[in-house]
Amino acid sequence: MSRIAATFERLRQRGRKALIPFITAGDPQPALTVPLMRALVRGGADVIELGVPFSDPMADGPTIQRSSERALRHGVGLKDVLALVAEFRRGDEATPVVLMGYANPVEAMGYQRFAGLAQASGVDGVLVVDYPPEEAGPLARELEDRGIDAIFLLSPTTTQNRIREVARLARGYIYYVSLKGVTGASHLDLKEVAARIPQIRSRIRLPIGVGFGIRDAATAKAIAAFADAVVIGSRLVQEIETSSAEQVVDNVSRFLSGVREAMDGAQGGRSIA
Amino acid sequence: MRMYDLPDEHGHFGPYGGVFVAETLIHALGELKAAYARYREDPEFQAELAYELKHYVGRPSPVYHAKRWSQRFGGAQVYLKREDLNHTGAHKINNTVGQALLARRMGKPRVIAETGAGQHGVAAATVAARYGMECVVYMGSEDMKRQAANVYRMKLLGAAVVPVESGSKTLKDALNEAMRDWVTNVENTFYIIGTVAGPHPYPMMVRDFQSVIGREAKEQMIELAGRQPDAVIACVGGGSNAMGIFYPYIPDENVRLIGVEAAGYGLESGKHAATLCTGRAGVLHGNRTYLLQDENGQIVETHSISAGLDYPGVGPEHAWLKDSGRAEYAAVTDDEALRAFNDLCRLEGIIPALESAHALAYSAKIAPRMRPDQILLVNLSGRGDKDMHTVAEKMGISF
Repeated sequence: MSRIAATFERLRQRGRKALIPFITAGDPQPALTVPLMRALVRGGADVIELGVPFSDPMADGPTIQRSSERALRHGVGLKDVLALVAEFRRGDEATPVVLMGYANPVEAMGYQRFAGLAQASGVDGVLVVDYPPEEAGPLARELEDRGIDAIFLLSPTTTQNRIREVARLARGYIYYVSLKGVTGASHLDLKEVAARIPQIRSRIRLPIGVGFGIRDAATAKAIAAFADAVVIGSRLVQEIETSSAEQVVDNVSRFLSGVREAMDGAQGGRSIA
Repeated sequence: MRMYDLPDEHGHFGPYGGVFVAETLIHALGELKAAYARYREDPEFQAELAYELKHYVGRPSPVYHAKRWSQRFGGAQVYLKREDLNHTGAHKINNTVGQALLARRMGKPRVIAETGAGQHGVAAATVAARYGMECVVYMGSEDMKRQAANVYRMKLLGAAVVPVESGSKTLKDALNEAMRDWVTNVENTFYIIGTVAGPHPYPMMVRDFQSVIGREAKEQMIELAGRQPDAVIACVGGGSNAMGIFYPYIPDENVRLIGVEAAGYGLESGKHAATLCTGRAGVLHGNRTYLLQDENGQIVETHSISAGLDYPGVGPEHAWLKDSGRAEYAAVTDDEALRAFNDLCRLEGIIPALESAHALAYSAKIAPRMRPDQILLVNLSGRGDKDMHTVAEKMGISF
């Protein structure tokens, strides 16, 4: 069983939901990435999504764009991100790490080389934002051969037929984009999300995470009542942006703990199918 | 050559093109693809488009035999396809009229566009005014400084111009920002992309709307010269004017197709925008194509004296035409383009856009090696009024 599947299984048995924080590797500086990842685990993270910096993050709002720019100023590329994951793994065998980023750095490295290095570094899942299933086949096969989960997005506008298409390639968990817009926007419609989750569940037998636009503990708690995982990105990156280098690790850990407590108080929602 | 019928139904030109976007945009692109497939074959739509191109844009644009230019360089005769004479002064409006008519039929009251030099932004603002639609144009803040007159022009036409401060603050970042707007406002908004790039169906659709250039030229060359040219030359940034004139010539295998990129300060300087000449395949802005990128796959900043060529990608169909050998691609420097700019002003009484001056400069390079009975057809994609400041500054003149 993959580390991601094992994590969701363990949570299911305890009747808990997964908390998945996102940070950009190399932001605010490469030396802080592994300490920040460990702080996320201390704060209650079940899976870590680690952003791979890219010069043209088309699907991201201003907060994550700036985090990518900060990381790029330190010259952080895909190779460096993989090295950071390897470093994290030396102290943590349990927490799954999912790389999230854009196609071109992966294209530049080559699918085979990327999949090999990702496996060697201890990467558990890969989400390439601009590889929809139509274009993702070749990479998904390389990842599958290496036991790495290819993770896909679904959106409020994804049709029922298309959900089935996604299901054929998707592994690990589904990332449901909870709003029409870019990361960090603030017009999430809880009712809409609650109505969509069962439709997705009936077509895909994977845990469903919800992200984009979850900005506080209360929203996380509400989402955890019907989803299997809550993804928090922009709000956390904002915490990194506004903290000093001395404070950032503590601040991130404290912020996430608050979300964790709120979520764990939200039991009674349905568990994973 | 086998019948040319690219792209395939998924938008692929060989390994290039495609739909490389986040799931959030898939539905909107599907909607657009369906609408375009329907109206592409609709006689009423085509009739309205033809009417607008004739009476509003001023088509057909003439083909002109540049005799003094040809004499000056010797060798082949150079003919110019005069897209500079279109309403708004460039080929860009052929496409914005087409997309605006499509937006109206799709019931989208709001259009958005990205722009680099401002030519596409002006063309989008123009048609938005013409058809009574709200218009928002995204433009890098660096480009807004370089092209202040075009910013004002767009505002006169009623468009909102939004400065983009992210990344390199130029065309590529404006495109990112327009995509972000589209994904957020997809219900009421139509994204008018200005070049043959972006996710399918844009490269095909923009090519189709621009191919009026080549269709006219093929008829006009027969009338004027009694035959087709030996080569067609066009500048390539994203590549829309080049695709427009190349496309109808693709089956004519004895007509060479030559795209001219911006070599900036020289290819060896690293400061250029010659994507096809020096780039590697990758994925940006929704399609797989040649890109200027570093070893980590980050997109690098480009340079050209011509803002319209200053783009690190290129339309995927050009990538395919290059690999398949049907088209060839060369690059000319800022200085060579400036020389051609000045020569055309003095020799023919035509002030060309700096973009088009790249194509002219290449014709001056190869014409002398050709016979006087041979013909080069250069796409004069735009006029140079917008470039007065850039050229004057380069010559140390201030107004």
